[in-house]
Amino acid sequence: MSVTFEVNGQSVSVDVEPRLTLADCLRHKLRLTGTHVGCEHGVCGACTVLVDGEAVRSCLMLAVQAEGTKVTTVEGLSNDDALTPLQQAFRKHHGLQCGFCTPGFITTAHALLSEEPDCDADRVREVLSGNICRCTGYIGIVDAVLEARAAYRRADGGQS
Amino acid sequence: MKLPAFEYACPATLGEAVALLASNDDAKVVAGGQSLMPMMAFRVSQPTMLVDLRKLSDLRGIRIGEDGVRLGALVRWRDIEDDARLAQAHPLLAAAIEHVAHYQVRNRGTVGGSVAHADPAAEMPGIAMACDAEITVAGKDGTRTIAAEEFFVGALTTVLEPDEIITEVKLPHWPAGRRWGFQEFARRRGDFAMSGIALFYDVGADGKAANAHVGVIGIGEGPHRLTAVETVINGRVVDAALIVEAGVAATKAVDPQDDIHASAAYRRSLTGTLVERALEHAAAL
Repeated sequence: MSVTFEVNGQSVSVDVEPRLTLADCLRHKLRLTGTHVGCEHGVCGACTVLVDGEAVRSCLMLAVQAEGTKVTTVEGLSNDDALTPLQQAFRKHHGLQCGFCTPGFITTAHALLSEEPDCDADRVREVLSGNICRCTGYIGIVDAVLEARAAYRRADGGQS
Repeated sequence: MKLPAFEYACPATLGEAVALLASNDDAKVVAGGQSLMPMMAFRVSQPTMLVDLRKLSDLRGIRIGEDGVRLGALVRWRDIEDDARLAQAHPLLAAAIEHVAHYQVRNRGTVGGSVAHADPAAEMPGIAMACDAEITVAGKDGTRTIAAEEFFVGALTTVLEPDEIITEVKLPHWPAGRRWGFQEFARRRGDFAMSGIALFYDVGADGKAANAHVGVIGIGEGPHRLTAVETVINGRVVDAALIVEAGVAATKAVDPQDDIHASAAYRRSLTGTLVERALEHAAAL
């Protein structure tokens, strides 16, 4: 089946089997390998992407269901040159070690901070509870997200 | 694991969706897919066709009226969370839905999907049972409305026919002043409940409780009412002594299972504690 949607601002048309998940479509068909696939059954959060601005697990969504949507992957949340404020905060607070789960944390945190730039630590922990990290112990990640709030309170959504 | 192969259809009308289900023996409805997709990944479910409801926008609304709260089948947890009217119109529903799954899943998972899936630990079937909900379904022979008590048969099992689609879940009118409590315990917020209690009662002019409804989730084959606990509450003032008595009655009323998450004895004790806490919230003690 042919499916057309937007990825990181660019329109794409892909020929997919119905059973192909959005995660695998992004990785294998579109070569956007920043989206990581961990558990493949909606538990680990590594494959989180934004669909029409909302964080979803791309392993629990079919590529064909993305028809007409705007998808943002972790690649779409990066600049070419400098780190974004969110990335910078993760670096500063050691919010990553092996990095496998990091794309899922970045996309989830971006969705949260875009909607709730004044969220408190409890809210950050609640939202990030859907993402598993086996290295850091979460404290650095939570600190990073809290620090990045300031950038999202500005009008540019933290993108500069 | 990757999903098994299937055909995919995305009908524009409810009638087309029903016709597709009726003409394919192993077709399944998909809405948010937050339960079905994992089941397919594990090969627990292997439908030959998925009928996607995403174009049926009539099923998306939350309607609040004199007769209660009507949740369209495609209403997501996120939509309930964002609807400020529900704090008044159905505070028990709003409180329970806070416990459903994690952030990303809440953006996709739907009321209709959860009720059709009928996981014994799921909040929405528990609220449907505790609140005498009515579930409206559309099939090739027309629509019918089924009481929650009749609808849920057992774990992952309902009376839904293969060609039927849930269109709406209606919760009866919630009077002002009704007392309620929702308590759930899971190791991580958003994970499956080891036990959960949804309860409410009304208070008469004499200060005594009436019309007690006590529902439990995460125990046994499906959501059910604890009538023994309701009997303890009805006709009496909810005070500290009654709350202890109700908790004890709950531990005797449930028939929990052992599994990797908790022993039966733990679940039994936990359920009693959750009844106590839910009643403390209800009575504002």
